[in-house]
Amino acid sequence: MRAVCWWGKGEVRVVDTPDPGILNPRDAIVRVTLTAICGSDLHLYNGFVPTMMRGDILGHEFMGEVVEVGSDVKKLKVGDRVVVPFAIACGACFFCRKGMTSLCDNSNPNAWMLDALNGYASSAAFGYSHMYGGYSGGQSEYVRVPYADVNPFKIPNGLPDEKVLFLTDIFPTGYMAAENCGIEPGDTVAVWGAGPVGFFSAASARLLGAERVIVIDRIPERLRLVQEQCKAETINYEDVDDAFETLKEMTGGRGPDRCIDAVGMEGHGHTIDARLDKVKQLMKLQFDRAHSLRQALHACRKGGTVSIPGVYAGFIDKIPMGVAFAKGLTLKMGQTHVHKYVRPLLERIERGEIDPSVVITHRATLEDAPDLYQTFRDKEDDCIKCVMQP
Amino acid sequence: METSTQTHGQTNVGSVERWLSVVAGSALAAYGIRRRSIAGFVVAGIGGALVHRGATGRCMVYESLGITTADEQDDSRISVPYGKGIRVEKSMTIDASAADLYTFWRDFENLPRFMKNLESVKVTGGNRSHWIAKGPLGSNAEWDAEIINEIPNELIGWRSLEGSDINNAGSVHFTPATGGRGTVVKVVLRYDPPGGVAGAAISRLLGEDPEYQVQEDLRRFKRIIETGELATIDGQSTGRN
Repeated sequence: MRAVCWWGKGEVRVVDTPDPGILNPRDAIVRVTLTAICGSDLHLYNGFVPTMMRGDILGHEFMGEVVEVGSDVKKLKVGDRVVVPFAIACGACFFCRKGMTSLCDNSNPNAWMLDALNGYASSAAFGYSHMYGGYSGGQSEYVRVPYADVNPFKIPNGLPDEKVLFLTDIFPTGYMAAENCGIEPGDTVAVWGAGPVGFFSAASARLLGAERVIVIDRIPERLRLVQEQCKAETINYEDVDDAFETLKEMTGGRGPDRCIDAVGMEGHGHTIDARLDKVKQLMKLQFDRAHSLRQALHACRKGGTVSIPGVYAGFIDKIPMGVAFAKGLTLKMGQTHVHKYVRPLLERIERGEIDPSVVITHRATLEDAPDLYQTFRDKEDDCIKCVMQP
Repeated sequence: METSTQTHGQTNVGSVERWLSVVAGSALAAYGIRRRSIAGFVVAGIGGALVHRGATGRCMVYESLGITTADEQDDSRISVPYGKGIRVEKSMTIDASAADLYTFWRDFENLPRFMKNLESVKVTGGNRSHWIAKGPLGSNAEWDAEIINEIPNELIGWRSLEGSDINNAGSVHFTPATGGRGTVVKVVLRYDPPGGVAGAAISRLLGEDPEYQVQEDLRRFKRIIETGELATIDGQSTGRN
């Protein structure tokens, strides 16, 4: 089959590989009908995630048709149309049974690596480095899916692929970020980052009853999309002297009630701390650039919530804990427990409350992946979200 | 790791370890000489020292560190005398009842399903069983063990019998976790590593840390019980095959 493989920092290749087979009795094989490049794939592409190996198949946002099931698969059938969450869950451990599927105890064959790094291992994910299990991903014609009665979700035939594909990651990720805010009627929610996760955070904040949504970014077409689709107000931080002061003014001197950092470890900024982060990251003194997180902590109103769907890894300098403490902030974060959200969000799509496909700007085939990764990373050609058909 | 002290000039290397020293030393010496390089001669030299150590039962490194692994006076009740060998203690919380976990473990022939270095366990009758483990350098280690303590659904304690390749003793404890959240399985293991304390240090350098091995064995136990299979990517399709 053809598959998109990581080939080193800044390089992906489309290569011929063997078709995947069943390895465990609870596995299934899915023929991929649509797959996407995620913003977090860019962390791999840019070489920020350790334990990648040349030849690893990328991709954790994919959907398709079941073509084979293992001997212990009971509910899933050949021919079922499914979306598959990026996080791999066993469905049986303490964490899975509590709905915290991205913290699954059992799915990661290399759990010891994350034990060593973080103290305790979280779940495996498709196509996301060997410390996250080393599973081959879904930017390919076929993909092996473990625990097939737990991970794939059946999708009714009426809805087109483009409307349901993002149930695998970015829509639930934005939704969980907004849910973690604990939005109350009358709340103003500020979102750092107008990429796909920022978009779905803003859209979900609206679905959950936020009265105002303010989105901070520097890319005009992304800000335009949230203005049009989420009725969000926007701040282009390159056009203002100080995004913090602007936010404070826009919220009557009180600050946004809830703040969402949908940027994570590769944030940009033009303040002193942002430049210092960039230098330290280049010198490998620090993995993350955390400007947006610092600004969110600073800007949030007293007693508010800062929710962090943006990915961080490793240590970060100069996190203003004193600010968070003084203002009595609540911090919520973590990988998305996708499984918990697939069905309720599918129902919202079916009811027409949201059409996730509006973020798609680029449609291509797997063979175009090397160009698309570059376009997406460099935010060229007004690129917001790329989908590929094998 | 605990060790006992030793007077100067006496034998301070255990019998299993002496034998292994000779075998490993000879292999290293042969390999080193074949290399015909400076590094090769260094390796050959180390091999020679190991052979000498094995033949005489005296290790200068142990002497300087105040370590001994030499056999104590025979006490047939003690497999691994107190203060000797390697001790490992690891716990894992598993989502099953203590009774189910105990029953699975008590059928010793199940153990090789999750203990990676175990080749087989055969129950030989009564409280006795015969164990075969994969040793270093492709060798096998064998021993007979007997259960010395047992409380159904709570604990199993065992020790190896005389004539074992690896003297070992251990126990596994099954304790209900708080709030009905499964069972805490705790393994306490004490053993004389083949190759002695130095052998254990070398194994650790090669990534065969005993703590890690027990931890991973317990993790595999948990996965078999909770999911019925072991998560794997061995044999999957990638851009490398």
